[in-house]
Amino acid sequence: MELTGAQILIKVLEDLGVDTVFGYPGGAVLPIYDALYDSKITHYLTRHEQGAAHAADGYARASGKVGVCFATSGPGATNLVTGLATAYMDSVPVVAITGQVATSLLGRDSFQEADITGITMPITKHNYLVKDPGDLARTVVEAFYIARTGRPGPVLIDIPKDVSAARARYEFPEKVELPGYKPVLTPGEEEVNKAIALINSSERPLIFTGGGTVNAGAEQLLLAFAEKINAPVVASLMGLGGFPGEHPLFLGMLGMHGTKPANYAVSECDLLIAVGVRFDDRVTGDVNSFAPKAKIIHIDIDPAEINKNVRVEVPLVGDVKNSLELLIKGVKEKKPEKWLQYVFGLKEKYPLTYNQECGLKPQKVIETLYKITGGEAIIVTDVGQHQMWAAQFYKFNKPRRFISSGGLGTMGFGLPAGIGAQVARPEQQVIVVSGDGSIQMNSQELMTAAAYNIPVKVIILNNGYLGMVRQWQELFHQRRYSQTKLKNPDFVKLADAYGIRGMRIKKEENLEEKLLEAINYTGPVVVDVWVDREENVFPMVPPGGAIHKMIG
Amino acid sequence: MRHTLSVLVENNPGVLARVAGLFSRRGYNIDSLAVGRTENPDISRMTIVVEGDDRVLEQVVKQLRKLVDVIKVQDITSEQYVSRELLLLKVHADSNTRGEIMQIVEIFRARIVDIGPKTLTIEATGDEDKIEAIENALRPFGIKELVRTGKIALLRGSRTSNINGVKEEE
Repeated sequence: MELTGAQILIKVLEDLGVDTVFGYPGGAVLPIYDALYDSKITHYLTRHEQGAAHAADGYARASGKVGVCFATSGPGATNLVTGLATAYMDSVPVVAITGQVATSLLGRDSFQEADITGITMPITKHNYLVKDPGDLARTVVEAFYIARTGRPGPVLIDIPKDVSAARARYEFPEKVELPGYKPVLTPGEEEVNKAIALINSSERPLIFTGGGTVNAGAEQLLLAFAEKINAPVVASLMGLGGFPGEHPLFLGMLGMHGTKPANYAVSECDLLIAVGVRFDDRVTGDVNSFAPKAKIIHIDIDPAEINKNVRVEVPLVGDVKNSLELLIKGVKEKKPEKWLQYVFGLKEKYPLTYNQECGLKPQKVIETLYKITGGEAIIVTDVGQHQMWAAQFYKFNKPRRFISSGGLGTMGFGLPAGIGAQVARPEQQVIVVSGDGSIQMNSQELMTAAAYNIPVKVIILNNGYLGMVRQWQELFHQRRYSQTKLKNPDFVKLADAYGIRGMRIKKEENLEEKLLEAINYTGPVVVDVWVDREENVFPMVPPGGAIHKMIG
Repeated sequence: MRHTLSVLVENNPGVLARVAGLFSRRGYNIDSLAVGRTENPDISRMTIVVEGDDRVLEQVVKQLRKLVDVIKVQDITSEQYVSRELLLLKVHADSNTRGEIMQIVEIFRARIVDIGPKTLTIEATGDEDKIEAIENALRPFGIKELVRTGKIALLRGSRTSNINGVKEEE
């Protein structure tokens, strides 16, 4: 069957089962949008390409499927950059398709030309510039394969306009052959036996779970494993929901804004079983005093993560599911009574608290959201204080319920990612928890929510500051609030301008009632919650410090 | 410590940029990098000399392996291997010094490949030590310009490091 390059692209996407794309048209993608016109793929027009990239990312995180976004050449493509970098840092499978100027114009600084494969090389798992329409189908199939297998990540395909206009034969490539890409799925037997011996002999084992557990869909196995050896569990930000947040063995998030029980347990354990994590600096603090008494077993699908930030005793390179299955089979049941007594004591002694006395506390808003949603909502956040409070005070019992830019820390992620998550999971309650700073970084996407009546609930914890930066200025820069006090628009009127329901909450008295009203509303809602302006996120490990030395 | 990596890559456009970009953004130091086609026109071999301790090298190798276009990475530093580098060197030479220079060239089994009114251009191949030595020996005469290819290397004997792995062949 002979088709144009653009038709081949759309056809192969359909054949791969893609039914949803986020994007923005333009000159160099005209042939692709023309082919899309006849397709059954649903295209969501965002109001900025960055929104399309984050929406594809949110879609992928909520569903576990590959998220797809389209953009035109030049500025369209460069606007995807932050979104791709965000997805790359958090290992999210996204395929970005960009238009490019015609091959005859490449390299001549043509109108809307940007070397997007060069630009995105360090922030994609792989990328392609397709110069022959005959290569298109194979390239797209490869891109999806690379994006979703191994350690997932974004892949970009750049398609010059003449390539999408030219004709070629279409055949769905059934096989992918990439000699340089062979993810290791099962860890070596010797390492597995070493790990089993270490686990059996340890007196104070601790499990540290991360995004890898969620990506692998290994939450059930992790639960079985933890319960078999009765090891307490801590999670990274990306790992939240990979282990039930309300399980007695769960000690909370570790790291800079981790709980005291989690951070103390890491510092006291004699064996740290790290599952799908990358020992980010926000987790380890001073890496030399991280888990000082522990041997470390590191399960990860990416061999390059082994010994990158911390030295480990036993590396288990492979799929988290396979590794956990082997461990569960091999380890003896155990119950380290003394250790459990110690960590349960920590839990009792150091619950997450906050001063409830003056004004409407942001933590209270999160607690109330948790209460009225029964913990069943998908919480999508932006970046800053509100993000940490959401991580601390909403208990995530299931995976893919907490969607947040963990690695890159991208303000402006929340709303478009929330839109993507809601599109992926229409039956779920999706709540975007944002700040007055973050929401303004992509507030144009309110129009996307309005245009498609995507019923995301946007809760703005409005303190009139770039709160997290202000907190650091307060603690480390003598309260010199340089450029962190914000003048904000009237968010209710802003919502109104987009045709979205806007609400404002100023007092704790009607917090629950108003939030209930918001989440029960059928369409999108923006709720502007005026919270205590100078509340800080605690506990906090000062940057570069040892994680057992927390303030607050 | 310096390590010699033998890297097989797909002969795709941009593969050199991918490798070079990886080294620069992760802060690894390349001493030299030589690249060219192999017996298979779809595959190129890069010989990369990189400076770093074992920990850095472990990361370099693993990060290289993560690149989709990189088929195989082998640290051959501790293996038996043959390595060569090619040097072209233009040295100042007048009637007084020409004879002495030609003697040095002879000693190093190098060759004179071009001659100018006041210069000689010399070609030398050898391992790194030899190239350094000839460069040092000629420096007093006044080196006008020089170019080195960087090291290329193959495993000794009948062992090969092709895409099917390291093989001991009959």
